[in-house]
Parts: sequence; structure tokens; C-alpha cells
Amino acid sequence: MLDPVLIANAVVSGLLLGCLYAIASMGLAVSFGMLDVVNIAHPAMMVLASCVIAALCAPTGFDPLLAALLIAPVFGLLGAGLYRLYHLYFERRGDEAMQGLAFFFGLMIVIEVSLVLVYGADQRWVETGYGGLSLGLGPVGLPLRMLLPALMSLACIAALLLWLRRSFTGRAVAAVAQDRDALRFLGADPIRIKTVAFGLSVALAAIAGGCLIVVQPVDAHSGHVFIGRVLAVVILAGLGSLPGTLVAALVFGVIENVTATLFGPAWSPAVAFSLLLAVLALRPQGMFGRAHA
Amino acid sequence: MSRPLRLNVGLAAAGVALILILRLIDNDYAWYTGYVILQYVLLAVAWNILAGYSGYVNFGTAAFFAAGAYTTILLTKALNLDLLVCVLAAGLVSGALGLGMGWLTLRLRGVYFSIATLSLAVVLQTLVVNWPYAGGSSGAYTMRPQGYAVFGNYSEFLFVLMLVLALGGIAVAAGIERSRLGLGLATIRDDERAAAAAGVPTLRLKLIATAISGGMMGMAGAPLPYYASYLNPEAAFSLTHTINAMAMTLIGGTQGWVGPVIGATLLSTLQQGATVTISSAGNLLIVGGVLILFVMLAPKGILGLIRAWRGRGDTA
Amino acid sequence: MNGRMTRRGFGLLATAAAVSAAAGRGVAQAPAGEPIRIGFSMPLSGALAGNGRPALLAQQVWAEDINARGGLLGRSVKLVFYDDQSNGANVPGIYTKLLDVDKVDLVISSYGTALIAPAMPVIIRRGMAFVSLLGSSTNEMFKYGGTANISPVGRRMNVDFAKGFFEIARGLNPTPATLSIAGLDSDFSNRAMESARWQAREHGIRVVYDRAYPPSTVDFSPIVRAIRSAAPDLVFFASYPPDSVGLLKAAGELKLTAKMLGGGMVGPQVTAIKAQLGAQLNNLVCWDVYAPEPTMTFPGTAAFLDRYRAAAEAKGAETLGLYAPPLAYAQMQVLEQAVTRAGSLDQAAIGAALHREAFPTIIGELRFDQTGEWVEERNIYIQYQGVTGNDLAQFKQPGTQVILYPPQYRSGQLRPGFPAA
Repeated sequence: MLDPVLIANAVVSGLLLGCLYAIASMGLAVSFGMLDVVNIAHPAMMVLASCVIAALCAPTGFDPLLAALLIAPVFGLLGAGLYRLYHLYFERRGDEAMQGLAFFFGLMIVIEVSLVLVYGADQRWVETGYGGLSLGLGPVGLPLRMLLPALMSLACIAALLLWLRRSFTGRAVAAVAQDRDALRFLGADPIRIKTVAFGLSVALAAIAGGCLIVVQPVDAHSGHVFIGRVLAVVILAGLGSLPGTLVAALVFGVIENVTATLFGPAWSPAVAFSLLLAVLALRPQGMFGRAHA
Repeated sequence: MSRPLRLNVGLAAAGVALILILRLIDNDYAWYTGYVILQYVLLAVAWNILAGYSGYVNFGTAAFFAAGAYTTILLTKALNLDLLVCVLAAGLVSGALGLGMGWLTLRLRGVYFSIATLSLAVVLQTLVVNWPYAGGSSGAYTMRPQGYAVFGNYSEFLFVLMLVLALGGIAVAAGIERSRLGLGLATIRDDERAAAAAGVPTLRLKLIATAISGGMMGMAGAPLPYYASYLNPEAAFSLTHTINAMAMTLIGGTQGWVGPVIGATLLSTLQQGATVTISSAGNLLIVGGVLILFVMLAPKGILGLIRAWRGRGDTA
Repeated sequence: MNGRMTRRGFGLLATAAAVSAAAGRGVAQAPAGEPIRIGFSMPLSGALAGNGRPALLAQQVWAEDINARGGLLGRSVKLVFYDDQSNGANVPGIYTKLLDVDKVDLVISSYGTALIAPAMPVIIRRGMAFVSLLGSSTNEMFKYGGTANISPVGRRMNVDFAKGFFEIARGLNPTPATLSIAGLDSDFSNRAMESARWQAREHGIRVVYDRAYPPSTVDFSPIVRAIRSAAPDLVFFASYPPDSVGLLKAAGELKLTAKMLGGGMVGPQVTAIKAQLGAQLNNLVCWDVYAPEPTMTFPGTAAFLDRYRAAAEAKGAETLGLYAPPLAYAQMQVLEQAVTRAGSLDQAAIGAALHREAFPTIIGELRFDQTGEWVEERNIYIQYQGVTGNDLAQFKQPGTQVILYPPQYRSGQLRPGFPAA
């Protein structure tokens, strides 16, 4: 019954799906994991980007992945502004735990409803030249619709990791996650660094939105499917570990697809989330995380 | 009269008065709307027992609520039990669920607990969807009788039931606030490590609070199958319940039971009104907008605003 | 008996179609008196809004039509509707508001089982006549006498739904021997899949793959790949709009082939998805409720579609209007005729009239049994043929959505194989 070709295919398509989860989670890994800002509106921002990209690309035929790179800075600026607001109203007051969470919850609702009001209830999509094409590696098929966003996702994550390791600001961001006071000694303003980092996380949401719109059509509520998954991936990885987030996202995608192939798709979400509950119970710091207070 | 007794008598009197007023209006719409508003009062008060008193945010309100609703569906289908028995059973089931959840995750930082409750909703929903006896994804019908005992109108009975549950929930919440449990929870909220160091049995207190809060949410969900006649997993596990319970409490204020009651009454009345006036997606926009404005400008909710205003009055 | 009713029915329809040609008959007198108010809830936001909004537009077109024609019982008609946000929990409150506070004269349903069922206890308590839109066997549990359901699937969906698909497949040469079933885990799709299993047994076809997938599915390639490795002759999908696209895209990428592919897919009927899939739809054999073929033109259909499309273009949504809108318009026509036959707003009389005679509508002549379902199911199966590019105008033309089943509406020949060569 266990057909090796089928399983190989399930693993490969799970990896491709995992790359989509990775780019969708990466922004949250920065905001939630490194900055301790639980932005549950992150998937909604991703869908917002998808809709904006669809509106730009559908009539012009412009490539959505390139468009994502173009609008990412805009989203980044908006994100930076949003963080300033968040800092002013919540972090400075020490209210971030519950009030901040509610703020992002409200933001999520406002984004979704605004999308319905502006774009209507219908699906949005973009036609790409590579839409129906597929690459064959022996018996394993790689649909370009999944492959190109996956490559884009990996490239962006690689660039992010490089930036965090090499550049001064990048290292400062990493330092913020480790130890807030250490930054002072470096002579960097932590608020400024966090503003940059949060802007970056929202820019990543825009890139994820570009990948998403290539993979599937979206409507205003498409983000809901991702909320649980991206939070699970970030926790599974251990907060703040970016390479861990990539691995956890891939694991998540593979588990989902292999379960769907072997036992039928009905149970695949439960398996993935049970894994999360198990990790929380047994190894709360996540698969790759440092022990957290 | 002692303070707790005064409160309970006051609650009972308010309940009776409410029933009498609605009887005068004598109109199904009043019973139905009243039911929804009271359901949210109960959910918000229950949510606040964990969030407001101990500082732990529950994202899984829908899971506990739906567990209650499905307890009713299953018990009615299997044993044809009376709704009142189902409500008690739902309280036990969701309470146990809360206990289990708490045991699994409450040793962790608060945010892990929040996310674990969110996954609980996903896992439970998948279970129900794959359980044909509970109606599976197709949903389950629950036929309501015309009347119940002394009530000629079943809608009136459902309203009174929810009223009793909501007032009971308020009494429990008020009781916790005054009790050692409430004091212990407050120390956890202020500084959990310090509380633990001072010998407060933090885990046990949190477990008790989670169980009570979950049980109350389950009871809030138990009459839903009779209210709606038809329930599918999507409706039972709807994120709306989670969002509303949280938004209402934060808008009202988390410091005591009065906050969620004010918030739930205001916001759900506003929603019910908007459903039949604005009647478009703009409806939810109001909820989101009001929530954002409140947490930014009035972080202590309406309760906080009132206290600040009173305080200013005193000093002047 | 039958003939008399049909003639009478056609007489009514003729008046309905002849909006302007009412001279000398006195029907087009300006409606007088208090308007008759028709109350309902409709999903204008949330998951079902994609069909709820077009349905509402069709109902508004009907209201304009009937008022131009002299109103109902000589009184003008006014629609009173609220958004139920696709959430069943809002429905009981809305209907009690409509009946107790707004004091509407007539009620009709929202869209789909999840939004119809919660209204039923309120409706039954008041003994209101109730014409519902696309419920699936909602009244099976309530057994209420005063309803009619506008849904072509009929009373035995679990059996009849897939019949057409298998009847068409029987015409393949050689006759198919194996079948794969995959569908969304939801009420409608589950019933569709059940019917496919039943029909497969009837036709002696072996089921080689049979799975339901959850609504949150993002990647459909594992399903399509598993089907491909089972290599069935026939593929029966039962899906909703988002997953219909996912399945067909995955089928294209993974080069899934079959002698016939399609089934109970909800999605290709809708404009946005037709535009999205374009030529990928070719040779798909899909369940449908209406197709603009010469065999299915009823009096008033073309006029309605013109009016609807003009209104929909202005709003920029669901511009073809081939799925929910004709059904919603027919829902109003059935109510209108039942009220006219009852001769008053007496709910019991209207409820009884729903089951007595046939109703000529823009989707054909409808007859309801005691439970309110169609006496004869009408699950149409069409095949997309000769679709080129993503131009929407081609879907307004006959020959693009060729009706293969049932025989009385058949408008072309099956092109075997999927995908199209």
C-alpha cells in the first residue's frame, strides 16, 4: 500500500507548502519571537497585501512576486508607523500583554471588513504565465505555482538571516531579542531598532502576500486559515529562532501533506495542532528555542 | 445585610424586574435579543475570571462555548436528557476541558497559554467534524418544544434560563473577587514569580480559575442548540465568540465583574441594533474600531473612565 | 387537469413577461394602499456573501418588475432585509424582529441550509408560509407544511444528485469501471458524495479512492496525486468555490487524466471562477442549475438575465448571474403566484397553495411535494466546451455550457476525456 513515489511526492509538495508557511510565519517570528509584539493581525496583513497585489497585477499583467517586492517597502513604512503607535499607547504604559493583543485583534477585524467593503465578497486572483506549468524531476512533480513562491520565500529568508548576522542594524535587532539592556551599551536606541524590526516584519507579510496570491485565490477571510498555523509554527520553532521557524514550517507542511496522503486529508489539521500541544506540554521552549522565562 | 447578600438580592431583584418588563413588551424579538445579550454577558464575565483576575488571555472561548453546545446535542440525542441537566453537564465538560488545558500549559508564560487555547479550538473542531454521531460537518438539528413547564413560550424559557445563568455567573465572579482565590489570582496578575516565592500556590489557583471560567463558558453554550435549532461546527466554533468576549471585557474594564457586564451589554446591544439598522459588513467594523479606540485611549475600559471621573470629582 | 393548470400557469407567466404590454387588461394600474412588505435575511457579508449578494440583487429586480406590473394583490411591494453575516446565530433574532417589530406581511428565507434552519422554529410558531432558497432537506426534520424550497436537487439528494453524471458516463466507450471520489467535508458536498457512491453501486462501478477534505485545506496536490496513482476512469469532485479552483489547478499541474472528470462542483457556476479558470474548464462535466442553452429558455429568462446583468455590471460583481440569481428570482415568482392564488395574505392559504399547482417560473415549471421539495429533481449536468481565454461574454452564449443531462434539456454531445485534447 505504501507507494514510495506517492510518499516522495507528498514530502516534496509538503516542503513547497512549508516554504509558503515559512514566509508567512517569518514576519511573526520577528515581531512575536524577537520583539515580543504579538501581532495576530499578521495573516490579515498578508491577505491585505495579496488583495493589493491582485488589484495591481490583474489588469496590468505585472508579475505578483515582483509586485510584492515593490510594495514591501510601503508595507514596511506602514509597519514602522504602526509600531510607533503601539509603543506610544501600549509598551510605554506597560499594558502590552492584554491591551496590545486586543489592539491587534481589532486591527485584524478592521482590515478584513475593509477588504470586504472595498473589494466585495468575491475571490481575488492573478493570472501568471507559469500558472499551469510544472517541472518534472523523475517521478516527482514540481508545479511552478508552488515552486516559484517557495524559491522567493527561501531567498527572502536567506537575505533576512544574512542581514541579521552581517549588518549593524541587523545585529542590533538580534540583540534586542536577546537582551534589551545590552543595546544601551552599544549606543543604539532600542525603540528605533524595534521600529525597524517591526517594519521589516510587516514588509515580510507583504512578500508572503505575493507568494500567497500566486499559490491560491484569496478573499478577505483567507487569513483565518493561517492564524493558527503561523502561530503554531512560531511556537513550534521556539520563539525568536528564525532558522528554527523555517524548519518548523517545513515540518508542518510535510506532516500535513503526508497525513493527507496516507490517512486522508480530514485529519491533517488536527495532527499538526496536536503536535503543537504536545510540544507545548513537553518542551515549552520549542524545538529549537532557548529556555524562556 | 452583608455586602455579598446585598449583591445577590440585588441581582435577583434585577432579574425579576427584567423578566417583568419584557413580559410587558411581550414580543419574541425581545426574548431573542435579550438571550443573545445575556449570553455575551456570561461569556465576558467568564472570560474575565481568567484574564482580568489572573492576567491569562484565553483565545479559545469558542472552544469552551462549543463544547457546551455539543454536550447538549449529544446528550439530547443519546439520552434525550432535559436541557437543564444538559446545562449542568456542559458546565462539567467545559470545566474539565479548562482543567486539562490549564494543566497542559499554565506552567508556561501567559502567551503560550493563549496560543494553546487557540489550537484547542482547532483540534476540537476537527474532532467534531469527523464525528458523524455529533452531526459531523453537516451539523445537527435540535427540535425545540413549544413551551417548557410554566413557560408557554419556549423563547421566554430560554431567556429566563440564560438570565439565571448570567446572574449566577456574576454572583460567582463577585464571590471570587472577595475570596482568597481572588486575592491569590491578583497576586499572580501583578507578579507571578513574586507570588510563587511568597508561597501562593499559583498553579492550583490558576487551575481552579480556568476550570470555573471554562465551565461558565460551556454553560453559556449549552442552550445554543435549542436557540438556533440547527448547529454546525462552523457556527459553534465561530471566532466571533472569542472576539466578542474579549472585546466586550476590554471595553468594559477588567478590574471587576462590573466591567464585562457593562461592556457586554453595551457592545452586544450595539451589535444587535446594527444588525437590523446598518445591516452590512460595516457592522463588524464598528466592533473593531471601538475596540481599538478603547484599548488605546481608555485602557482601563469604561469602568476606568468612570473611576477616573469620580476621582476627579472627589478631589475637586 | 394537468393541461388546465399548465394553461393557467402560462397565462400568469405571460402577464409576468409582458411588463409593458398590459394595455387594456388593467393590470398595470398604479399600485394603491399600504405596500406589502416582504421580510428576509440574506448573507451580505461573510462566507456566503458571494451568493447572497447576487441573490438579493435578483430579488430587487423582481420587486421592481412586480411594482411596474401593478404590484401584488393590487398593492406595491417593499423588501425589508437584514444582513445575517452568514451566521446562523443571527437568524432567529432577525426573523422575530421582522415579524414582531417590522410586522412584515410575508417572509422568505436566507440562502442555504445553515441560514434557513435557524429561522424555521420562528416561522413554524407563526404559521408563516415560507419559500426557501437552496436548502438541502431542511424541512426533513421540521416536517412543516407551509414551505417550498427552491433547490433543483429534490428530496432524495443522497440518491439522485449524481445520477446525471453516471448516466452520461454510461455513454462512454468502453464503459467506465472505476471511480475516484473527493470532496469537501460539508453538508452539501457530503450528500453529493453519498449520492455518487450510491450511483456507483447501481452502475457496478468500483470506487478506488474516496476521501473528504477539511475546509482549511490549502494544498490540493496530495489529493490529486493520490487519485492519479489510483488511475480511475471517472473522477467525481464535490467542492465549494475556493477548493474547486484548488482541485482543478492541481489536476492541471499534475496532469491528472480521466475519461470523465467533474461532478458536484460548486464554483464553476460563479462568474469569478469562470473568469479565473477559462479554458481549463473545457471538458469538465459539472452539476449545474441553469445554462443559457436553447433547450432551457423559459418565458422571461432572457429578459431577467438582461435586467440582472445591467444591474450587476453597475455593482461589478457576479455579472453573469447564472447560478443564484435565477433561483432567487424564481423564489419570488413562486411566492407571488402562491399569494395571487390564495387571493389574500392569509398564511395558511398561501402555504396550502404552495403544494397544489405548478408554478411557471424563469427556471421552468416547478411543482412542490408536501415537504416543500421539488416533485421532480432537476440536477443538470453540463460540459464546458470550446472555452477560449478568459473572456466572460462567451459564457452568455449557447454552446459553451452544453447540457448533457437530463435528456429533455440535452443540447449537445459529450466530448470524452479530461483534460480536453
